[in-house]
Amino acid sequence: MQPEPTYNEFVLKFGTVNGSGSASANLLCAKTLFRMGIPVSAKNIFPSNIQGLPTWYEIRVSEAGHTARRDGVDVMVAMNPQSYKRDAAEVVPGGLLIYDSTFERDFGRDDIHVVGVPIARICAEHWTDTRQRQLFKNLLYVGALIELIGLDNEVVEAGIAAQFRTKPKLVEPNVKALHLGRDYVRDHIDVSAAVRARKANGTDGKIMMTGNEAAGLGAVYAGATVATWYPITPSTSLVEGFENHAEKLRRNEDGTLNAAIIQAEDELAAVGMAIGASWNGSRAFTATSGPGISLMAEFIGLAYFAEIPLVLFNVQRGGPSTGMPTRTQQSDILTCAYASHGDTGHIMLLPGDPGECFTMSVDAFDAADRYQTPVFVMSDLDIGMNDWAIDALEWDDARQPDRGKVLDAAALDEIEEFARYRDVDGDGIPYRTYPGTHPEKGSYFTRGTSHTDTGGYTEDGRIHAESLERIKRKVDGSAEHLPQPVITTRSDLSRIAIVNFGSTDLAVREGLEQLEAEGHVLNHMRLRAFPFSKAVKDFADKHDYLLVVEQNRDSQMRHLLLAEADIASTKLIAVPNMDGMPLTASFVRDAVLNAMQDLPEYKDALTSRISAE
Amino acid sequence: MTHILKPQFRHPNLRTNSVGLTRRDYEGVISTLCAGCGHDSVTAAIVEACFEMEIPAHRVAKMSGIGCSSKTTNYFLNRSHGFNSVHGRMPSVATGANLANRDLVYLGVSGDGDTASIGMGQFCHAVRRRVNMLYICENNGTYGLTKGQFSATNDRASRNRKGMETPFDSIDLCNMAIELGAGFVARAFSGDKAQLVPLIKAGLHYRGFALIDVISPCVTFNNHATSTKSYDYVRHHNQMVGRLDLVPEQEEITAEYAPGTSTDVTLHDGAQMRLSKLDISYDPTDAETALPVLERYKRKGEIATGILYLDDREQDLHDLIGTTTKPLNEVDADTLCPGSDALAAINDAHR
Repeated sequence: MQPEPTYNEFVLKFGTVNGSGSASANLLCAKTLFRMGIPVSAKNIFPSNIQGLPTWYEIRVSEAGHTARRDGVDVMVAMNPQSYKRDAAEVVPGGLLIYDSTFERDFGRDDIHVVGVPIARICAEHWTDTRQRQLFKNLLYVGALIELIGLDNEVVEAGIAAQFRTKPKLVEPNVKALHLGRDYVRDHIDVSAAVRARKANGTDGKIMMTGNEAAGLGAVYAGATVATWYPITPSTSLVEGFENHAEKLRRNEDGTLNAAIIQAEDELAAVGMAIGASWNGSRAFTATSGPGISLMAEFIGLAYFAEIPLVLFNVQRGGPSTGMPTRTQQSDILTCAYASHGDTGHIMLLPGDPGECFTMSVDAFDAADRYQTPVFVMSDLDIGMNDWAIDALEWDDARQPDRGKVLDAAALDEIEEFARYRDVDGDGIPYRTYPGTHPEKGSYFTRGTSHTDTGGYTEDGRIHAESLERIKRKVDGSAEHLPQPVITTRSDLSRIAIVNFGSTDLAVREGLEQLEAEGHVLNHMRLRAFPFSKAVKDFADKHDYLLVVEQNRDSQMRHLLLAEADIASTKLIAVPNMDGMPLTASFVRDAVLNAMQDLPEYKDALTSRISAE
Repeated sequence: MTHILKPQFRHPNLRTNSVGLTRRDYEGVISTLCAGCGHDSVTAAIVEACFEMEIPAHRVAKMSGIGCSSKTTNYFLNRSHGFNSVHGRMPSVATGANLANRDLVYLGVSGDGDTASIGMGQFCHAVRRRVNMLYICENNGTYGLTKGQFSATNDRASRNRKGMETPFDSIDLCNMAIELGAGFVARAFSGDKAQLVPLIKAGLHYRGFALIDVISPCVTFNNHATSTKSYDYVRHHNQMVGRLDLVPEQEEITAEYAPGTSTDVTLHDGAQMRLSKLDISYDPTDAETALPVLERYKRKGEIATGILYLDDREQDLHDLIGTTTKPLNEVDADTLCPGSDALAAINDAHR
């Protein structure tokens, strides 16, 4: 007799060939599980390649809501002989491996269930066209999963119908392929997986979206009208997200568009155009990844020193150099915080999921206009390109864009003298005008050379020093108005905390739960912006140790906390991760326990231990 | 002190144009370039052209990069916003500015280093995107601010002050712009104001990318006897192939030059131009036949000036990408933000 399966807590992974059409079948599985009411996350682990190399798709299914990546695969759909060996090795004991048994294969694992479905043979029997034979293989394995792990047949079919809404003729053959897989398993296979899916109600009010689409959509909602960019993985889909939504939401009756989207000749031109448009009063942005930031550096310094609003989305990937273009990292923190030569310091927003990519996209435009300076939205490949289950997006119709201190013609008439860089209000933020506003007043000369408060060229060292100090004061003044850290005090007595930011948050939170179950209670602060606000410093003051979990080698955020929040170096424990994969809870747990070995008084810092003893 | 405001004092009876501005209102701060610099003559020609065109000065955006030429945007049109950006990158900044507000007049001033070397990529792409702007390259074949290095437009036959030759061929910006699809391409000499002012006017009227490559001698580093960009050399080798004159509105177009040598052109904004062919073998409206003729002049060491190419289709970037006819920076926030109902529909599509 088979033991009762575990429901709705498992990892389903697909090993396929890049360019074989598997991506839409895999997304169909993820969406089906999501629509069955189970929280999921889907991670695309892909090569920098168009066709032929191995690619993977991992779905974490968790009714408990643990949708960070998890090691160990419960159900592996191994469709690529190139990666059979490593795919089989990843399956947990008692797990399931499904493969195309047209050519039978011994996987050398007697501790897992191996299910062979002669997928290629069945397709060859039903279709003659080579392309169809290839594409429908993907639907066959989806069909097999209906029987093997309980994907809901109706939900899958509804998903297919939705996918081919505009090409209804394709529904029938896809459903046919689906049923061929399903029925083959029903008639020939007698295996019960240790894990199964069943309908639940854990996704009410939730949607599935990538961070790049959300950020692009945020730019539409923020009123951005100019998007200038150069294609680079993993940021490309961000501007495409903006473009797709703008196409639907910004079209005028005469067929023209209330947006301009330019694919530039390189990243230098992309950021130059965004700066030109911003200078001229449009909300403009560019999206890129690490190598693009390096190329944009000179222009970023211009925007900083000439005080031009600028929004940059940095969807980070593995560096340095070309690095790992299709893997995730958080390794541009210092590069962006101090981008460009000379003294600079930039605002960074740190979204933790696609939902925050949407809200922080809007916030970034407000901050850029308010502080007249570059603002980086520091996303990464994991958030940007993967589908996350998040709360439905919300919009307050009363929200108006904060365009900051801009003088129109009427305001110019009111004042005696306009001085572009004069600190009139004492907050370091000067007033600006758009070109063409007033026939007599308000014009000024924008330059990257040192300038007086009216924009005139100067080599006066005193004026130069004053400008640098004012600009720093201006940017520092943003700290309390940017998204504040999310602080979770799991125990008032705990003297140890994890500090993290961005896409690692689900793994950190799951790791904290695991640690607590083992008796280690740590507090938690997720940073959401730089420069750091007082709340960050206060949190640090309340703890003896801060374990800074981040996905880069050099513990860049730790450096920033050290330098900019003035936190003692002995207090900041580096917990780096740099393998390019989305973080797991087990990494967090192990790294924390490991780090605590080195803390002389760590036992005293663990409150539940104390109380337990 | 290198930012010198001009005295406000002016003659009380200075003539004003129809927008109520005097010639002085089109000037800028005092030039800090070397006495006799060709660029200052270009500045004067810009002031003259804008005054005569009666452009509301504040509706012009002055764009530039880095170098002696790029500094000059400070020396004219004080009532305009100016943007002295980074080296070689003015085209992208101008493109972005133009995207934000299609209704302003964009006047870019650059040099041969800024355009033909560090900025070559951006220049080419601004041309092919048909950015609606007048791009003036003040071309002196040398890097002045860094004291006399060869630039990429320096002719191979042209030696520097120390008698050194460059081993490399020069880049001809006009030929390149014609090939890349610029609609208006002209070459001029800074020492010939009579030729330059009408070209600037026509370039400002033109809708699309207009280039004027102005040979503008560097008196300090490239005005010696062995230079092909000296005042003397250009004066003696200047061959005007086509002339473009603005026809004042009140003048009826009746005059006929020699048959087949003169055409009247009406630009997009209604401005009337008279195009006169001074070299009968040269047709500035046909890129295919024009380029070989230009090459012939070049081989003879002569400088073909005047209007070199004119495409009367006058398409600009906004036409090509279909943006709204209103300046994007004037579209109100409520129109731009789709609101909560649209977001609810987007949420539904992601369940």
